[in-house]
Amino acid sequence: MRHSCSIAVGPARFRIGSDWRAPIDQLRQLYADYPMEQSVPDFTVRLQATSVLRRVIRPQVAIAGDFTLPDAAPLPLEQGLLAAEMAMNLQMALGWRRHLLLHASAVSRNGRAVIMTGVSGAGKSTLSALLGERGWRFLGDEFVLIDPDTGNIAPFPRPISLKNESIASMEREVDDDTRFGPVMHDTPKGTIRHLRPRAEWVEQMARETRPALLLFPRFGYARAVRRVDEAESFVRLTQASTNYVALGERGFDALTGLVRSVRACAIDYADGEEGAELVERLWSEQGTRLGDRAAAA
Amino acid sequence: MTDGWSVARALTDPASVAGLDSTGWTQLLSAARALSLIGTLAEVLADAPLPPDAARVLADVRHSNVTGQRQALWEAESARMALADYPGRVVLLKGTAFAAAGYDAALGRSIGDLDILVARDGLDQVEALLLKAGWEWVKPDPYDDAYYRQWMHELPPLIHATRDRMIDVHHTILPLTAGPTPDAAALIADARALPSGLYVLSPADIICHAAAHLIADGDLSGGMRNLWDIDRLVRQFIVEESGFSDTLAERAKLHGLTDAVGRALRLSAQLFGTPIVFRQAQGGSGSVPAIDSLFLRRITAVDGWGRKTRKLTRQAFYIRSHLLRMPPAMLARHLWTKWRKGHRG
Repeated sequence: MRHSCSIAVGPARFRIGSDWRAPIDQLRQLYADYPMEQSVPDFTVRLQATSVLRRVIRPQVAIAGDFTLPDAAPLPLEQGLLAAEMAMNLQMALGWRRHLLLHASAVSRNGRAVIMTGVSGAGKSTLSALLGERGWRFLGDEFVLIDPDTGNIAPFPRPISLKNESIASMEREVDDDTRFGPVMHDTPKGTIRHLRPRAEWVEQMARETRPALLLFPRFGYARAVRRVDEAESFVRLTQASTNYVALGERGFDALTGLVRSVRACAIDYADGEEGAELVERLWSEQGTRLGDRAAAA
Repeated sequence: MTDGWSVARALTDPASVAGLDSTGWTQLLSAARALSLIGTLAEVLADAPLPPDAARVLADVRHSNVTGQRQALWEAESARMALADYPGRVVLLKGTAFAAAGYDAALGRSIGDLDILVARDGLDQVEALLLKAGWEWVKPDPYDDAYYRQWMHELPPLIHATRDRMIDVHHTILPLTAGPTPDAAALIADARALPSGLYVLSPADIICHAAAHLIADGDLSGGMRNLWDIDRLVRQFIVEESGFSDTLAERAKLHGLTDAVGRALRLSAQLFGTPIVFRQAQGGSGSVPAIDSLFLRRITAVDGWGRKTRKLTRQAFYIRSHLLRMPPAMLARHLWTKWRKGHRG
């Protein structure tokens, strides 16, 4: 294709081709800290004009690549960066087989991770971004990759896609303006702005961590915490996984292993501050519990 | 330049990939994926020395192959259980049949929908049993539904409500509007039983069906994979089935598919070096009719980004696929109805 680049996020390597220059330039900027050397990629993504005319007149970006959805709607060229991100996510969701993939965000501290999963709008992305600015290592806001052999998490720290109100709250939280991407208005998901992860998270993205706490956050509700048992966690995570069925027995083993090894809670919170505070509190209780266990052993 | 021929070369001569650099590998894998042959390529190259990053990608593909075939066979078993009360034969077709019969063509083959063949007078019962067992209609559109039932060789597609997998129930192997009329009763009568109680077509009929599907139906979008199926099947059948060449000629004639089988075998010989088993009266000289090269141009139309290339050729074959299915007046009426529906909604 006319324009292209290569990007590695965690263990996955992408080749992105485009009929236009702009989306590739924006990607190079947003992914400046990531390895970009060319190699045989895991996935190829194509941002292509819906027709020859649409390359020039009111250009429309069709999302294509190794894996596609038949009814994916094209986006205007101004949202080309979003199209690229959506296409990369789609490749992972439909094509990745090396790990069990959970639609979730994760942060870690001292080599132990908190996984946060929920439907779109539950706040998992913003919560992981917020915790990332407050002493946690950010592991990813879209996918959590569980190694079926070891149960470890392979970080997938792609740029955080902030939506609507969370854009302003993260702009207050992060001093460095250069970490933000362009503002995209009127996308199918409202206003979107990307936040580049800190350079050290990207440098450390090959280092795996262990899951310790599993949370099902819900944003915009009165504060509440409820324990979730293994069976419920399992069922909810089968729904949150994009490749659980495709992995067959490996997926089942990885998922049962995960729900047995972590404590799980559903948390409701009214705003980001409260959410972050709840995670910290559950984490310190978790620490106590782990300490108790170590003492008993 | 990478195109379908690069994939054909890698499949037939695995040692030829030794000289590829990282760009060459990238383009080969994308082209193979676009042609639905990545699974096959991964198996063919299983013992070849590979650069680590290509090996990583192909190892994942081989994992998916195992799961894909297991799911396809489970789908066949589910249909068998659902149709236990149907007294007639249930014949598996295409990829699922190759996997169930353990044919070499199944190695790495991607399998999508479950295709089965039953006698036309058993359709109502089969349909009712499937609906009872959890399958439901995909297209609840009265025109499409009526069109399928009147003119097509299969029921409108059904999808299983919880497993999300499609089943195509055929009563013959070509649309009723197509030129040739294969002998569906003979297809079923000659089918071979599997230990499970399901059936697969006889070897010669499998080739006839693959050729009919490729040449006399559709726009050749899955053409390369179809020809690879034919290549693998022919290589296996000429060794395992005595008198295969003669049987194939007889069955092709019976089904009115002599030309289609002849062309399919010439194309697969061009692409994959398939041994010659079939001599048509007029094609005895071994010369390849010029029109074959148009077919090959269409079938190999893919680039190193996995994009479809040669738009005009593809469109010509798309139009051809409709003309094959319907006489012009009927085609006009069909497209008119479709167009009006499209613009009303």
